[in-house]
Amino acid sequence: MDGYGMQNQIACIRRSLFDQGYLDEQFIQLEELQDDTNPNFVQEIVTLFYTDSTRLIQNIELTLNSRPINFSKLDDYLHQFKGSSSSIGAKKVTSECAVFRQYCAAGNAEACIRNFQHIKQEHAILRKKLEFYFQMMGQAAVAQTT
Amino acid sequence: MNVSSVKGSMSISSSTSTWKAGDTISDQFPAGLRVLVVDDDPTCLMILEKMLIACLYKVTKCNRAETALSKLRENKNGYDIVLSDVHMPDMDGFKLLEHIGLEMDLPVIMMSADDGKKVVMKGVTHGACDYLIKPVRIEALKNIWQHVVRKRKNEWKEFEQSGSVEEGDRQPKQSDDADYSSSANEGNWKGSKKRKDEEEETDERDDTSTLKKPRVVWSVELHQQFVAAVNQLGIDTVPKKILELMNVPGLTRENVASHLQKYRLYLRRLSGVSQHQSNLSTIISAQDPTFGSLSSLSGLDLQTLAATGQLPAQSLARLQAAGLGRATAKSGIPITLVDQRNIFSFENPKLRFGEGQQQHMTNKQQVNLLHGIPTTMEPKQLVSLRHAAQSIGNMNMQVPPHGAQSSQNNPLLMQMGQQQQQQQQQSRGQILVDSTINHAPRLSSSMGQPILSNGIATNVSSRNGIPENIRAPGYSQTPSMLNFPMNHASELPGNSFALGSTPGVSILTSKGAFQEDVNSEIKGSGGLMPSYDVFNDLDQHKLQSWELQNVGMAFDTSQHSNSLQGNLDLTQSALGQQGFSSGQMNGHNRSAAVASKAMFSTGDVKELGSAQNVNQHLNNLLVDNTIRVKSERVCDTSPANIFPDHFGQDDLMSALLKQQESVASSENEFDFDGYSMNNIPV
Repeated sequence: MDGYGMQNQIACIRRSLFDQGYLDEQFIQLEELQDDTNPNFVQEIVTLFYTDSTRLIQNIELTLNSRPINFSKLDDYLHQFKGSSSSIGAKKVTSECAVFRQYCAAGNAEACIRNFQHIKQEHAILRKKLEFYFQMMGQAAVAQTT
Repeated sequence: MNVSSVKGSMSISSSTSTWKAGDTISDQFPAGLRVLVVDDDPTCLMILEKMLIACLYKVTKCNRAETALSKLRENKNGYDIVLSDVHMPDMDGFKLLEHIGLEMDLPVIMMSADDGKKVVMKGVTHGACDYLIKPVRIEALKNIWQHVVRKRKNEWKEFEQSGSVEEGDRQPKQSDDADYSSSANEGNWKGSKKRKDEEEETDERDDTSTLKKPRVVWSVELHQQFVAAVNQLGIDTVPKKILELMNVPGLTRENVASHLQKYRLYLRRLSGVSQHQSNLSTIISAQDPTFGSLSSLSGLDLQTLAATGQLPAQSLARLQAAGLGRATAKSGIPITLVDQRNIFSFENPKLRFGEGQQQHMTNKQQVNLLHGIPTTMEPKQLVSLRHAAQSIGNMNMQVPPHGAQSSQNNPLLMQMGQQQQQQQQQSRGQILVDSTINHAPRLSSSMGQPILSNGIATNVSSRNGIPENIRAPGYSQTPSMLNFPMNHASELPGNSFALGSTPGVSILTSKGAFQEDVNSEIKGSGGLMPSYDVFNDLDQHKLQSWELQNVGMAFDTSQHSNSLQGNLDLTQSALGQQGFSSGQMNGHNRSAAVASKAMFSTGDVKELGSAQNVNQHLNNLLVDNTIRVKSERVCDTSPANIFPDHFGQDDLMSALLKQQESVASSENEFDFDGYSMNNIPV
């Protein structure tokens, strides 16, 4: 019962992440890769993503703070960021990156700086949501075993 | 024939067996397919690895291109397919692609979050067998085995065809080779290694083919030998002759044939990469006839360069003209061309620089390249590249900071040439490549490593006789030379090559453009392969020229012998141009000089770039591209000497130094043994 309850809850959380556009089908691909040999694969990947992207964000900020702004470097970073985030299915983050790149291509520093705040926000929001999601899953797993 | 039939059957069995990876049931195919995946993004890499494992493939992952290359080199037959990301920090994915194609002939699939048509096209032109858009889905990976099968099948097919009737299959180039007809497989252009194995060793077929067609490992040394042979015989030669000249036991004509094919494609690609230089291509084509005269290679290089667009057609023409001694100077540096020509004296064994003679053949060859290039300086430059060893030094000289002074340049060049020749003979080869290519072609220090800065691994220089520094795997050597694409012509409206006065210079100056390309390429390729990329990337023809130059240089260095000098000269000039091609003609000369200097010293090259503030491009090219000329810092001194005051030797030196450093570092990166040839469309 608890298990079911929790499972339902988790399912709801998960569904809402998709419905609200935080995640896309690429996330499902990751889930499908998870199996008994790698039971925490998705969580590992997400953790890896956040570790890596944090570093990337720092670099982007440094670049945005330098004058003059090196747009091509910025574009490179964003390209990486976009590649990473799309790999885990972080939909909103990815689309914000795409917008950023457009501003970057246009050399619009102000828009870039502004947009980057959006990226960071989405990045942080998703992180919290996923952390909660994994936490719930962990609890459910524990509940099931007990 | 038995062989054919055998092959046919063998191919099937071999293909299945190869992938069986231990499984005895062919039904399991493609399970066990050995995949090497390269991606700098750890998240993506992990996901891909998991997906590939889920497909039952055997996965090896790397997060750096260089690591991937070294793994591939260590175990050439250890992988069936490579998956690589396009954007990587240490090396451009396309460069890696080039290298792999040349050295290992493995199918390569590119991946990128970028789905722009341009990038995808680039993948295609560089020879990727597929291009996946990120995020990659597992479904896309499930089918990658088809590329492996296809490739092998094609190889087999060619093999069979060659054996059977298809003499006509032979590539037209070699039609005159009787060997082809008999061997029938000269045209195994596809990775005839397999075929060769099959054909030659029918008995072994069972063992080898079933397990996996053993591939001939084109080690650096072997490739250098190959390039040297090709340089000597001309790119239009036939495999049989190359084989005989190389005299390597155990090597079959098929091996050589397929390698030659790839090499040619590489050269072509280098030249074709430079889109900027549409002119180049025209020039090159126009010049074809001329090239032929001097040396097939040079012509080829130039062509390549031209094709790649790197060398502005004009430059190419000029170069060619220069090489041939013709005064094609129309392009703008009439004077320089002439001067350059003299300097490079491709035709005359003596390069003005003083050592010209050494070049001996190489110079001449280089000249060929040039002649066709109506480009202002470029032709000369190309030629110089050839001489790379010498030319670089010389070229620098030539590149008078102000194009107008062609005459002045010459003396400079000469000076440089002389100085350089001495020093450079060996280093030149290397440096040239380096410098020109900005990309940091790895001028393998000693000839052994052709600097393919531009990916034109073609040993442009080697052709000249430059020792095959160019790594065997990477034809990259020549590319650098080719890079001359004297694109500058396009860029230098006349002035751009301010060097114009000195043909060599023009190369340098124009190279500015190349530099960028070169850099990219060189960097990426480390080895020969990079050069390709470099050329491609060169928006500015200039870069291309660099590449070529670099390539030439690279090759040249290896040749240390006289040829180097000549090559260096060329390369240098090419480099100079390339690096400088940035069109900043003011600095053109400088750049050229710098470039050339850079060329001399692998490391220096880079520095030259920096030194050349004058030529922003140049600097960019050199510095950015850091022609990673490996090792050989060819006579650092020469650059200093060579460059006339215009260039501000100090600057150059510093630039060179920087470059050297960068080169050194880059060298490591580029495994391509100095093939960083920049597609020198020679």
